[in-house]
Amino acid sequence: MSSEWPLWEVFIRGQHGLNHRHVGSLHAPDAEMAIRNARDVYTRRNEGVSIWVVPSSAITASSPSEKGPLFDPANDKVYRHPTFFDIPAEIGHM
Amino acid sequence: MYAQLVTTEGGTPREGMSDQERAFQERIDRNEKIEPKEWMPEGYRKTLIRQIGQHAHSEIVGQLPEGNWIGRAPTLERKAILLAKVQDEAGHGLYLYSAAETLGVSRDELLEALHSGKMKYSSIFNYPTLTWADMGAVGWLVDGAAIMNQVPLQRTSYGPYARAMIRICKEESFHQRQGYDIMMKMCAGTPEQKAMAQDALNRFWYPSLMMFGPSDKDSVHSEQSMAWKIKMNTNDELRQRFVDQTVPQAEYLGLTVPDPDLRWNEDKGGYDFSEPDWSEFYAVIAGNGPCNAERLGARVKAWEDGAWFRDGLMAHADKARARRVAAE
Amino acid sequence: MPSLPDVMTPALETLAPAGQPAPAPQEANRDALVEWLLRTGDNALILGQRLSEWCGHAPALEEDIALANQALDLIGQCQLWLGLAGAVEGRGRTADDLAFLRDAGAFRNLLLVERPNRDFGHTLMRQFLFDAFHLELLEAARASSDPRIAEIAAKAWKEAAYHLERSADLVVRLGDGSAESHDRMQAALAALWSFTGEMFTDDDHDRALADAGVMPLPSSLRPAWDRTVAQVLDEATLTHPGEVWQQGITDMGGGKRGVHSEHLGHLLAQMQFLQRAYPGARW
Repeated sequence: MSSEWPLWEVFIRGQHGLNHRHVGSLHAPDAEMAIRNARDVYTRRNEGVSIWVVPSSAITASSPSEKGPLFDPANDKVYRHPTFFDIPAEIGHM
Repeated sequence: MYAQLVTTEGGTPREGMSDQERAFQERIDRNEKIEPKEWMPEGYRKTLIRQIGQHAHSEIVGQLPEGNWIGRAPTLERKAILLAKVQDEAGHGLYLYSAAETLGVSRDELLEALHSGKMKYSSIFNYPTLTWADMGAVGWLVDGAAIMNQVPLQRTSYGPYARAMIRICKEESFHQRQGYDIMMKMCAGTPEQKAMAQDALNRFWYPSLMMFGPSDKDSVHSEQSMAWKIKMNTNDELRQRFVDQTVPQAEYLGLTVPDPDLRWNEDKGGYDFSEPDWSEFYAVIAGNGPCNAERLGARVKAWEDGAWFRDGLMAHADKARARRVAAE
Repeated sequence: MPSLPDVMTPALETLAPAGQPAPAPQEANRDALVEWLLRTGDNALILGQRLSEWCGHAPALEEDIALANQALDLIGQCQLWLGLAGAVEGRGRTADDLAFLRDAGAFRNLLLVERPNRDFGHTLMRQFLFDAFHLELLEAARASSDPRIAEIAAKAWKEAAYHLERSADLVVRLGDGSAESHDRMQAALAALWSFTGEMFTDDDHDRALADAGVMPLPSSLRPAWDRTVAQVLDEATLTHPGEVWQQGITDMGGGKRGVHSEHLGHLLAQMQFLQRAYPGARW
């Protein structure tokens, strides 16, 4: 029995200069074909101007059980968010 | 729906839950998304694989009844629209297989389960498409019924599934419209065209109602799936919603819904309507629909005929990698 | 009351000496132009129809989607070319009229594009052999002195460039893949090669357009095509078929002159069914 084409994660940067964003995955025998397949599968509606593909097996993800330790510390740094600061209304938009 | 009669793997009643299970259920209750690799009850994982897999299979088998008319579309524009729509279905299958793959099953494994008959696809795709009006009826009724289920599933608890549904719903927005557009053209056309449109509604009405599956209001499986938020509404709710939405659309077309007992019920604010023949439904699911053999046969043939192509490309990728390594 | 002289219409007798049939060069060019537009549009239409037969049946979902994209590109191109053909012809025929209401003998596509799909290898090889020609044709058409042609070609060229990139790469990969994929690609090449010569034949219509600076002769596209094909086949480890008897280039005629294979009739019987069975209906 044949071996399955590897799985790739696809990231696309849209028209407006935003970051590449994960849009989904697909199968392809190698990186070049993964790019082309991504073009055909994920940009059928003019969604993108740049494509990255990464073998799914190469992704290292934060462990869900560490979600607390990893992300909770940021929770109390409320001063990083603009709404932390009260600016008098007469100052106008800031 | 595209996932019918999905057996839910037993969950645990709330009082008997372990701490882990309770914490999991509480996250779902708080509308938190469950993501790949996070702990989840085995029943949740298995049920999701079944449901997403069946949904994916339905998308790719669902290419066939409409694909049947791409070559015969009556204008170049209709041909392009239909081809684009059927292509979208392949894409939707791909998104859904990808979502299932995050649960630890490969696409090839799912396809093998489809080909061996171990996994099912929606009963609706075992009905034939006999005239061009069927392209209208399929878009209008079948996609209409599917959307009923897919829109709420955008809020389902499993992150990759919800994200796939969001993408699918966005792309599907034109599918039902193009179907209704075909129906409008047919109904405003020659008497023969209008008769074709009525005939298509006659043939697809009850099979469309069957898409939601038999009543599950007393089903334990269904209750568990709803607690897990991988099923968002009961089959009866969705079927009622579909009938209420569709009947006025049929009236606008000047077509008659083939149900002599269809009546507006002021008290419930919806239509009373006849149940489909559920013995037919079970027969179709069991493999005895008019097109089961053709549909599954076509998928198996595509898979088997394509083996040399998939293997050939893999062989090339392996060779090319070996050559690169040797050159370094 | 005497009517005023018509100042808008030139009096024909002052343009051509009486008794002589007016061989207006514009007329000859118009026929040649319609012919070229039909050939180009029909190639796209028939190949698009063939590719769309794969929808739902391709060896992998990714391929199913990619092939449908190509079919959609080609159907879109054929709408533009045939639309222009109808407009230039001036008999009120739309692209749909031309696609659905002509019999096989009035189609002007190459024999190559009406070849049946057979296995996926045949489909890809046919695509590659055509794409390599198509890109050269559109490259030349982008520079046409006729702005209508140049405009359509500019759009189609981008699509064809991607088609060629894809089909050439797949030919290389499958040729230099497994033993089976190599053999299948070699067999496909052998089966299709005798339909490639027709792409580069010149006839009176071609010469008329070349003289008018609208399009270069098809034969002039051959060297570039030969180079592309030789390079790709070499990389694919496939054996070049060399000199082989070519179909469609003798006095018996070929696809671009309306003498087709049996396959086209069946393709049209399917494609035109609704328009033929319900004449005048709107869809």
